[in-house]
Amino acid sequence: MTQTTGVLTAPHTAEPVRAPRAGHAWRRGGLVLGVLTLACVLALSIAVGSRTIPLDTVWHVLWHDDGSAQADIVHQLRIPRTLLGLGVGAALGLAGALMQALTRNPLAEPGLLGVNLGASSGVVVAIAFLGLTSPSAYVWFAFGGAALTATAVFALGGSGRFPTPERQVLAGVSITAVLGALVWAVLVTNRGTFDRYRHWDVGSLADRDSDTLLRVAPFLIAGILLTLTLGGRLNALSMGDEAATALGAHPGRIRVLGVAAITLLCGAATAACGPIWFLGLAVPYIARLVTGPDHRWILAYAVVLGPVLLLGADVLGRVLTAPSELQVGIVTAFLGAPVFIALCRRRKLGAL
Amino acid sequence: MNMITEPAPDTTSSAGTGDHPATDRCPATTVSPIGRSGRRARQFVLRTPGGALSLRVRARALLVGTALLLAAAAIAVVNLSSGDFPIPVGDVLRSLIGQGDPGTDFIVHELRLPRALVALLVGAALGASGAVFQGLTRNPLGSPDFVGMTVGAATGALVVILLLDGSGLQVAVGAIVGCVLTSIAIYLLAFQRGTQAFRLILMGVGVSALLEALNSYLIVKGRLDEALAAQVWLIGSLGGRGWTEVTIVAITLAALLPAVVHYGRHLNMLALGDDTATLHGVRVERSRAVLALASVGLAAGATAAAGPIAFVALAAPQLAARLTRSPGPGILPAAAMGAALLAGSDWAAQRVLPDNDIPVGVVTAAIGGLYLTWLLAREWRRGR
Repeated sequence: MTQTTGVLTAPHTAEPVRAPRAGHAWRRGGLVLGVLTLACVLALSIAVGSRTIPLDTVWHVLWHDDGSAQADIVHQLRIPRTLLGLGVGAALGLAGALMQALTRNPLAEPGLLGVNLGASSGVVVAIAFLGLTSPSAYVWFAFGGAALTATAVFALGGSGRFPTPERQVLAGVSITAVLGALVWAVLVTNRGTFDRYRHWDVGSLADRDSDTLLRVAPFLIAGILLTLTLGGRLNALSMGDEAATALGAHPGRIRVLGVAAITLLCGAATAACGPIWFLGLAVPYIARLVTGPDHRWILAYAVVLGPVLLLGADVLGRVLTAPSELQVGIVTAFLGAPVFIALCRRRKLGAL
Repeated sequence: MNMITEPAPDTTSSAGTGDHPATDRCPATTVSPIGRSGRRARQFVLRTPGGALSLRVRARALLVGTALLLAAAAIAVVNLSSGDFPIPVGDVLRSLIGQGDPGTDFIVHELRLPRALVALLVGAALGASGAVFQGLTRNPLGSPDFVGMTVGAATGALVVILLLDGSGLQVAVGAIVGCVLTSIAIYLLAFQRGTQAFRLILMGVGVSALLEALNSYLIVKGRLDEALAAQVWLIGSLGGRGWTEVTIVAITLAALLPAVVHYGRHLNMLALGDDTATLHGVRVERSRAVLALASVGLAAGATAAAGPIAFVALAAPQLAARLTRSPGPGILPAAAMGAALLAGSDWAAQRVLPDNDIPVGVVTAAIGGLYLTWLLAREWRRGR
């Protein structure tokens, strides 16, 4: 992957940073505010649902599992679901931030660059050819698919003398198209697989067995930790390959580690919940508005903001169409697509 | 129409008369026109007396277009002759000119002909639509499927299939309404003191994502059988297409193809920039509006008949341009190429798996995706 001076500008310089740069105090305050919001969203996610449970009751049964129906709901359904949302939200937020840093592309996002569909096609193979039925069993196949597509998109989108954000999106779209064709060929000739896949494909935190969380948790945690260690080196990379090398960083090594982390994060998140769009796009964008270009701060914010947005969307989906519910993947697409469109309208896009 | 032929005038003098050579290299085209040989192509002009109607024809384009049409027809005949009851090609041809026996006539005319015709016509409509679109956006990636129009058509059709329990013609109407509304929305979103090709495509990506989420939601909500039928429609299929679909796409083509060919002459001028085009006597806004609307209409008609078949509109103009070695996608060769591509893909869709008739959209997406990946890799290696 050769980069030239044509693309040495980091994504954040293309985005006007609006927030006042009042140094660490401001960023720290924002992070505290984010954590408080996260606490509120966690509480809402446990309390709100097709059957709303008063907060004081939630608090009570949280500590005293008295065997009541409400305690069952909280312990069997809401807590695993909330924890899953916490992990997956953090993973997708970080994956987005990481992709944007590695590609220097403010439009990079696991959904748009096809990594989610790569994971999906792995899952289709698992369902159709191996007869696997539970998300916890999908995870390895999701990894395989995610890893293959991430590598292919980076190789294709990062090659050429002038890789631009738009071209990387197009590389994602074209690879997605080939994979999509294979997925559909399998699906429409196979009723049972289709039925299972269509429920998984919308992206949802509901109906995941509690095993799912335990199964994907190690990968999520490994991916999150790996990403957080990359923060400083991403800063070096954002100055361009030559400057990064001069600073003692190894651009190639950073990219390999980055793709590995993206694979862990997206593969695990997608295996657990299905493809979820636009979270990886919105989270780093919002983070950059507050933190400015420092990747260590962006990653810290992403860990907090990802779950806030995902769980917020999940709660919203439960409230909007109660007593049934709208899957979280649909809510994020409906909230995220307008953000994407607004972003594209604001960027000064040159001709192709 | 009494056509006369004459040798084409010198390119430099023709530019001043509002006529323009098909061999113009376009400085504004940042992704390459394909034919880069410096040789002057042999060409001639067909003109009605008085010059009310005229058409510049390059010999090579004419040759390639004719060959492609013949190829498409040949593939269609193969499709008509093969199937569960193989019929010799000779019998198929006899049946087509009305000399066949009743049994063969039934199979050919009632069972296979509509599907073969839909394949040819839809392919032609998609090819022409793609050629216009790529000319307008000055981008080999500009295609109705990329800018989300076909996803919009799918949403319209899904609403009819899954929410309103409609079928046949109603689905087609739903698809056309969805396609047109989506196109307008994307255009308005992309409009900022004029439109830029890439912004248009990115808006398409955004709107597609939104509509795809809606589509998968509708499919989850549906009963399994309906959902499966809807999914097959979503991929694009020629299975079970009858004379209704033939009529839809035939009318679309008959109405819009002449307009597209007439105004298509201005595409090369538009590519030089609005000011230059105006100087050369092109009514920029009107040409662009007519071309864009006709292109949307062609895609909508094709999608209404066969579902959102991927990549034909993207690949056909490019392949045709490579064969004709012309700088831009010629509309008629692209249409012929589209017809040949889709007829061939339909043959593959029916034969690849032993006892399954997979939707033709799967075949075109697989071929098209590989082609696109290759195209991107090649363009980028060249550093464009």
